[in-house]
Amino acid sequence: MTSVLYDAPGPKAKRRNVIFSIVFFVLLALLGWWVWTVMDDKGQLEWALWEPFFTESEAWTTYLLPGLADTLKAAALAMIIALPLGAVFGIARMSDHRWVRIPAGAVVEFFRAIPVLLLMLFANEFFARSTDVSSAERPMYAVITGLVLYNASVLAEIVKAGILALPKGQTEAAKAIGLRKGQTMTSVLLPQAVTAMLPAIVSQLVVIVKDTALGGVMLGFTELLNARGTLAANYANVIPSFIVVAVIYIIVNFILTSFASWLEGRLRRSKRSTGAVLGAEDMEELNPAAVGGSFGTGGEGGGPGGFGGFTYPPKK
Amino acid sequence: MFDFLSDYDDPSLLGAFWVTLQLTFFSAIGSLVWGTLLAAMRVSPVPLMRGFGTAYVNIVRNIPLTVIIVFTSLGLADIFGMTMGAPDDFEAQGFRLAILGLVGYTAAFVCEALRSGINTVPVGQAEAARALGLSFRQVLSLIVLPQAFRSVIGPLANVLIALTKNTTVAATIGVAEAALLMKEMIENEAQTLLIGAIFAFGFVVLTLPTGLILGWLSKRLAVKR
Repeated sequence: MTSVLYDAPGPKAKRRNVIFSIVFFVLLALLGWWVWTVMDDKGQLEWALWEPFFTESEAWTTYLLPGLADTLKAAALAMIIALPLGAVFGIARMSDHRWVRIPAGAVVEFFRAIPVLLLMLFANEFFARSTDVSSAERPMYAVITGLVLYNASVLAEIVKAGILALPKGQTEAAKAIGLRKGQTMTSVLLPQAVTAMLPAIVSQLVVIVKDTALGGVMLGFTELLNARGTLAANYANVIPSFIVVAVIYIIVNFILTSFASWLEGRLRRSKRSTGAVLGAEDMEELNPAAVGGSFGTGGEGGGPGGFGGFTYPPKK
Repeated sequence: MFDFLSDYDDPSLLGAFWVTLQLTFFSAIGSLVWGTLLAAMRVSPVPLMRGFGTAYVNIVRNIPLTVIIVFTSLGLADIFGMTMGAPDDFEAQGFRLAILGLVGYTAAFVCEALRSGINTVPVGQAEAARALGLSFRQVLSLIVLPQAFRSVIGPLANVLIALTKNTTVAATIGVAEAALLMKEMIENEAQTLLIGAIFAFGFVVLTLPTGLILGWLSKRLAVKR
């Protein structure tokens, strides 16, 4: 695509590009040099601070891996609970009955408009006052509740979009063989929509994984970012621990993103599907994202697909 | 019922939301500028810049915003000594560091939105511009970006709404905005539900009009093809 903006470079343009490259490289190098000297001054480059990650297994077994486990556990649980809830609300939003459609729409819009952090804070206090969840378990419960409420409403939109993306013939055929509305939905539309939604659902997981970090700082949930704090308090390695934790997040989310786009490509090619596939790129207009944002998770495409119209809030 | 609100005056309820608004405003401007630069790099003919833009976007998007914001405080301020022009005023420092973190994070999404917008501009437009003898910079700034901007108002509005909600993360480094005040109130007062409703309402008021106005604008300004 980029080649549209410029011709194949001639001798003059090539020279100019080389000059730009050099200038840019020098700027980057200066920045890198500054970072390096400051870190050196502050002693953040000393091997002793990095050593725990490479030679001692303790840094991993005591801090990082349990933290990562909590992060992934919360994300997975939130996803598993939010999915059926999202499906119910997504279908309810498309109901023929106004008294079902409007309340469902209001609930979905409400929870999408509120920051996840507020939902988590509220849930934490709610559990403290009205339930007997132990205080050790409470942050986990609060984080999952916040994530479920927000992501169920995002997933509701994904489900709705997934069902709308199916060819009309599917509903018509189901009607023609005499299926009732409920049967059409559960045995014809939903199974296909779920397949079509898979890539979008997987990329939503990236948002959830990122959002768990909120619970670590604000609620004391012992996830990865929180584990970094205890780790740094122990080894006094602020910068190294941040770098290692960031790399872990990047790897986990990169795997999820790659899996989502692999799935998308596979589903698009598959002969047995209806051809309706919702990728992350298709979903971005539906997904204003909480803390985290998932405006297209990677991929070089970024085609015009997702820009048909603005749908926040979606047309009723 | 609402009389507990008068116990909070530093910041007051409105004051906290005012900080949220300010965070949103400055971060929006900053990330628009930085995001546009990143997008220009990603489509530029210089391979090194393209590589940098791609790497930046893919790395930053996969790190939680919370990690970035906490890093601005514990890493940039404490270790790198970036005082943001306010070495003694911790309140101003936290505010500016939060903006820095939000800009760095949001710019990656602005960049992606813009790049998708650039892809929506028909090839013929750029070809015609090049046929007139315009340079890359002219093609980009006179022909492609103006059209691209108009087609991405919708996605940019989503980024702005997400940014508004993301400003709550600034609470993690102690910026006195809405989420921090809600945390304080909800811990001290018995009316959990009422306080939750007040703050939820505040954010609905902030985000819904943004979506509606910019949605209307994106339809009006879309390039008719």
